[in-house]
Amino acid sequence: MTPNNLALLTRRELLVHLCKMLDKGTILDEIDRLPIQMRPKNNHSIRCCVHKDRAILKYKLMALLAFNVDDEEDELCTLHEYAAMAMKRDKITPIAMTVVYEACSSCNRGSYQISNLCRGCEARPCDVNCPKNAVSFVDGKAQIDHNLCINCGKCLKECPFHAIVYQPVPCEESCPVGAIEKDDTGIERINYEKCIFCGKCIAACPYGAIVEKSHLVEIFRAWKNGHKVVALVAPAIAGQFRQELGKIYSSILKAGFNDIVEVAEGADMTIAHETKEWQERMGEGQQFMTTSCCPAFKELAKKQIPELNNKVSSTPSPLYYAGEIARKRYPDAVTVFIGPCIAKRVEAYYLDTIDYMMSFEELGALLVAKEIEVADLESHTCVSKPTIPAYHFAYSSGVANAIIAKAGSALNAEVINGIDKKSIALLKQISKGKTDKNFIEVMCCEGGCLGGVNTLIKSPQAEVIFKKNM
Amino acid sequence: MITDKIITVKICTGTLCHVMGGSELPELAYHLSESMKSKVEVKGMVCGQFCRDSSKKPPFVTINDVLMEQASIEKIIRYLEKAFCNDTK
Repeated sequence: MTPNNLALLTRRELLVHLCKMLDKGTILDEIDRLPIQMRPKNNHSIRCCVHKDRAILKYKLMALLAFNVDDEEDELCTLHEYAAMAMKRDKITPIAMTVVYEACSSCNRGSYQISNLCRGCEARPCDVNCPKNAVSFVDGKAQIDHNLCINCGKCLKECPFHAIVYQPVPCEESCPVGAIEKDDTGIERINYEKCIFCGKCIAACPYGAIVEKSHLVEIFRAWKNGHKVVALVAPAIAGQFRQELGKIYSSILKAGFNDIVEVAEGADMTIAHETKEWQERMGEGQQFMTTSCCPAFKELAKKQIPELNNKVSSTPSPLYYAGEIARKRYPDAVTVFIGPCIAKRVEAYYLDTIDYMMSFEELGALLVAKEIEVADLESHTCVSKPTIPAYHFAYSSGVANAIIAKAGSALNAEVINGIDKKSIALLKQISKGKTDKNFIEVMCCEGGCLGGVNTLIKSPQAEVIFKKNM
Repeated sequence: MITDKIITVKICTGTLCHVMGGSELPELAYHLSESMKSKVEVKGMVCGQFCRDSSKKPPFVTINDVLMEQASIEKIIRYLEKAFCNDTK
């Protein structure tokens, strides 16, 4: 799906409104009115009626207030009440996303369908080539018996009129690890035993029914309570605004953050430790080592390819080191990681040094809510001076290049750009030793973090902008 | 005969338009056909304040000073094709 679609824009509109209400302190008074304001009566409805549209917005807001939609006990509980609970709660949960059941369309199971283009030809290759005898002809048209069909797709390939279509379930199709499945009612559920938090389902669902839970309430509370709040910013931000990096940093400060720690600073430490670790492992005669900066890949190794697990570098990620730097530099501050990724939201939750996470998309919404024009600002220079290879952790091949620069030509790298079913098969082969490389870089999103789920511009454009900024 | 009149497309580069769906609009020039490239001038503009009117939907561009709401690359190209087509009649 294109990065710009209306379901995505609805989510951004909700985030902007949420930021405005939190900023003005009017959330308790205004939030119940928001679904009505955004979906007024007498307008065309998107789903069956305006009431359904409003209910969907209500539950999306509940998710953005960081509640699991699952946890609803009383359907009469208003957004006002949820917001009040959110303002008082003292902890967040590690579950980073939630299915908004109201929005889930419970799409038909992924299946092959005969369209009305079927001419009932004499050749009938759909019927002849079906291995399960699932195709029959009724009134001169083909029909598929879905109890027999095994979704092999032969009929689609054979039909000379292209009269057979495959209708996927977009979220299920996008999930590289089969972690999202229907429950008995047809609604999708995420299986966290399998989920690697890549967030591809969020981007794929045409109803915007899977929502990343936001920490905006907590971050605004920290500001309102007068805490010092420090942003730890992922290097991929440089590809997100078509503006120079210094201006983006200024906009983050203007939005309310007291200071910035560049996560690239931590990446420099990852480079040093990971190079050393690779050299040690090679010294011990190991065949290869993989990168460890992408948390979705680490989850994948842990949950799906256990043979690969001991080949994953044990060097902590740039975020881990940046968190340590931030805690040392600002011992009393609330720390917020700003990044493009859901798996990092989960990683950040388990790091003692990181309090909250804000996605690039949420940062964009915050700037809109506070009417901050990035282009109009003076450029801010951070005190730290990360190396250029450290910033390059933001895109595919950047990590491998950074380690090669330290380790020299003995390092022979394979770069896996994006986790999908194909690259998982390849990684399974690699885990069995079927590779002639000794360093495997894996990034879950195509293009690396620049292609993250929560980005405002996707790769490859984001990479072009990023490189201009270096 | 296609007119040699230049059409100017101005793309709002404000933060709001960027976040609310316009982040790829500055790439418009790369998506124009060869014949269009010589007829169309693509420019960026600082926030045109169109977003102040809450009844209007971002992202915004102007085409020869006519405002287009909810602009997309495809929508702009459709508009331009129509404009050139009308000129030839």
